[in-house]
Amino acid sequence: MIEMQDIWKTYADGTHALRGVSVLIDRNEFVYLVGPSGAGKSTFMKLIYREEVPTKGQLSVNGFNIGKLKQRKIPYVRRNIGVIFQDYRLLPKLSAYENIAFAMEVIEAPKRLIKKRTMEVLDLVGLKHKHASLPAQLSGGEQQRIAIARAIVNNPSVIVADEPTGNLDPETSWEIMNLLEEINFRGTTIVMATHNKEIVNTMRKRVIAIEDGLIARDQARGEYGYEI
Amino acid sequence: MKFSTLLRHIREGALNIVRNGWMSFASIGSIVVSLSILGVFLLLALNVNKLTEQIESQVQIRVFLQLNTEQQQIDEMHNVIGNMEDVSQVTFVSREEGLEILRENLGEDGQDLLEGFDETNNPLPDSFTVEVVNPEEISFVAKKIKAAGEAASPNPLMSVKYGQGTVESLFKVTTAVRNIGLVLVLALGVTAMFLISNTIKMTIFARRREISIMKLVGATNHFIRWPFFIEGALLGIIGSAVSVSILLFGYGQLVQVSQLELGLMMIQLVTLEESGLLVGSLLLGLGTLIGIWGSTISVRKYLKV
Repeated sequence: MIEMQDIWKTYADGTHALRGVSVLIDRNEFVYLVGPSGAGKSTFMKLIYREEVPTKGQLSVNGFNIGKLKQRKIPYVRRNIGVIFQDYRLLPKLSAYENIAFAMEVIEAPKRLIKKRTMEVLDLVGLKHKHASLPAQLSGGEQQRIAIARAIVNNPSVIVADEPTGNLDPETSWEIMNLLEEINFRGTTIVMATHNKEIVNTMRKRVIAIEDGLIARDQARGEYGYEI
Repeated sequence: MKFSTLLRHIREGALNIVRNGWMSFASIGSIVVSLSILGVFLLLALNVNKLTEQIESQVQIRVFLQLNTEQQQIDEMHNVIGNMEDVSQVTFVSREEGLEILRENLGEDGQDLLEGFDETNNPLPDSFTVEVVNPEEISFVAKKIKAAGEAASPNPLMSVKYGQGTVESLFKVTTAVRNIGLVLVLALGVTAMFLISNTIKMTIFARRREISIMKLVGATNHFIRWPFFIEGALLGIIGSAVSVSILLFGYGQLVQVSQLELGLMMIQLVTLEESGLLVGSLLLGLGTLIGIWGSTISVRKYLKV
């Protein structure tokens, strides 16, 4: 599914974000990415959805060779990857429904299907009744649910989440985690970067720790492992 | 592209104008202002052009004949001049008519001067008034007429006059006025383009996040560009339509109000019918192009994610 072989990423200013990372993430896995800030977690994820290209090494996602991907093929790779951010990144002038439907319009799905599927995912994230609200009228947790709905609406095989609970209180964070676990249970691979010790230690999933651009630890049912 | 997708792009483009209310207003405003200024100068240039054409068309050649030239030779000369390519009209002015015209031109004050002159002692010769097709070739035509006279024997022509010197400097002035007008209109056009495309760039800069999200969910560059393309075109069309309406309405009023006074001074403004189509289609086309150009250029910048 996601395969990295000796991946290096050096930015234009000379920083080595990743220094030879090799890892295999299988179908349907749930992986926590932990480690200090600036260790390379974000770069790791940006490579997966091809916002960055590896400087060296082999990276394949869903069978696509990311390093050698042609510019015009990028959109098609991204359609199979859902991305979730700490700051939700919803379009402020579109309603909850429109924000989700937008991801389907982009891939030119038939109108009937868009309506049906959008209502379906709104139902899944428990916000059917708020379909007409603008992002500003929703709480942080609700906005993140809409962002998650947008990420899964096209049935991606992988979801990449960069600190999805970073701006949320503990109770709301757990609601989001339950939602992500449900999505993983339905067959989607999830790679999630987090600083939330409690969540990692409770869920007991695979944990990959990145420190200074290298994989420091890779445990099947791991723990957070850092003091906060 | 599917037809439904095209409809979606058009709908999105139009909706974006509403959604980005103030930014759209700023873009349309800058289009209206710049194109209106451009339009005012365009109308001014058109009128200056018409005025210079009027002045130029009044330039004539006067051909004076020797006294006592025989009627047969006069008719021959008339034919020769009339058959020249560059000549649009030849009118024979007999010495009696010449005296009459002179009397009229001199008016009240001239009555005394011409007193005592009648058919018996008329000092004026017969003459031709020659109008040319292209006023700027007037000296060339005058030379040809002179040559034709010298070819005949005896030479029936006393002199050929067209206001030598004066006409040349008149043409210098009219050409300069035209060129200045053209440069001014072009300079204003370029300024308008930059002003408008800058405003549009700003509105798109404010939406780079929107573009990055579109890219993230897997939109192709084409898909992202289309609504911006349509939005830009619509902004341009709306802005230029507003400025064309203001301009032509205002100009129509001006023509109507000033008709009487200017008419007395023998000045005729370009009519609304003559200028409307040209000014309207030029500004509308320019506005639309600038709208599209501004938005397309700016979007491309943010597509490289």
